[in-house]
Amino acid sequence: MIQYLQNNSDTVLAALRQHLYLALVPVLLGFVIALPVGYLGVRFPWLYHPLVNVCGVLYSIPSLALFVFLPVVLGTKILSPLNIIVALTIYTVALLARTVADGLRSVDKLVNEAATAMGYRRTRRLIDVELPVALPVILAGLRVATVANISLVSVGALIGIGGLGQLFTRGFQLFYLEPIIVGIVLSVLLAAVADLIIVLIQRAVTPWARA
Amino acid sequence: MNLSYLFDPANWDPSAAGGFPQLLLSHLWYVFLALLIGTVIALPIGLYIGHTGKGSFIAINAGNAGRSLPTLGLLMLMVTLLGLGLLPVLIALTVLVIPPILTSAYAGMRTLDRRVVDAAKGMGMRPWQVLTRVELPMALPVMMGGFRSAALQVVATATVAAAVGLGGLGRLLIDGLAVNDYSRVLAGAIVVAVLAVVLDLFLALVQRWVVSPGVSGRF
Repeated sequence: MIQYLQNNSDTVLAALRQHLYLALVPVLLGFVIALPVGYLGVRFPWLYHPLVNVCGVLYSIPSLALFVFLPVVLGTKILSPLNIIVALTIYTVALLARTVADGLRSVDKLVNEAATAMGYRRTRRLIDVELPVALPVILAGLRVATVANISLVSVGALIGIGGLGQLFTRGFQLFYLEPIIVGIVLSVLLAAVADLIIVLIQRAVTPWARA
Repeated sequence: MNLSYLFDPANWDPSAAGGFPQLLLSHLWYVFLALLIGTVIALPIGLYIGHTGKGSFIAINAGNAGRSLPTLGLLMLMVTLLGLGLLPVLIALTVLVIPPILTSAYAGMRTLDRRVVDAAKGMGMRPWQVLTRVELPMALPVMMGGFRSAALQVVATATVAAAVGLGGLGRLLIDGLAVNDYSRVLAGAIVVAVLAVVLDLFLALVQRWVVSPGVSGRF
């Protein structure tokens, strides 16, 4: 195992770098898109159930199917990393839009009324009061989305771009265990580290929750 | 968008090997087997941990570990270790099914109102009766949630498993890619996506049907 890592450190590092890129860009994009989408589901209550249902349907589409379906819809090349990024962004939005909506809905009505009574307008109240209070719920969703993305990226190896997934396909083709084990361990570690970072961010930005 | 493969009647012939009906059937068979074995293993453990409260760290961490395991890596590891065939793939699928079922069984048991359990004990129910008549029915909505995400997970992973030689709908994607037949790839993607959505809707209906109206609040 050590031998394999020494001989192939360049390949493994390149795969790791691509894996990080393919997993984390969609998390950021998805988060930015999910915030307004989730808010719409709260601002207009009749939108909430359709939103939850659409998200559920999108999330249930198997990743490989989405990976090969997107090039046809987007007109991208099948080997373009954009397919993976768009697919994972869709999953992230599907997961987070609902969490954002649920988080905002969980804000105590009395807190909102107090903020309004203190003179907060709707937008200021959303940014200064509702979002911070909903943050623990939203960040919990972000953790799930990040970990899920990191493990999903490797499926992309079947269409030629999959970060650490390429180690799986290589090992499988050569009937060689080392790359597969290295890939799995690195992927799981990456997920654990990303999860830990979000937990630390959450602790830093919600000091009132640390009792 | 070239849909000729999807709408070619020859591909819908139930007797044709490699046609949609046979691939769909074998796909569902793998999903069923993995869910069955996974449930038989995970449900009792989850219920035991939830009922007794012993070993709850296992149940909590199983969910996280299961989500972070890369499915393709697990499949290829199993096949490289054990050779081609149904068994290694089935092991991989089952390993992926266990965490969501175990964790949701535990979570369902833990989140129900403990006062209800105390009341059941106070009424003189035996531990077994408390489990089967109070805890299980009340934990069912959460447990079904875990079962549904497990089912979706297997449908998706069984598709990926075509890359390591398994049959099922993934064959359309993998073989289509291999021979640059995008009409076939597209047909496979659509059928798999529809299958996943329909299966989830079906399980949602099952959930409606098995959850007691007293628990779901639909009288």
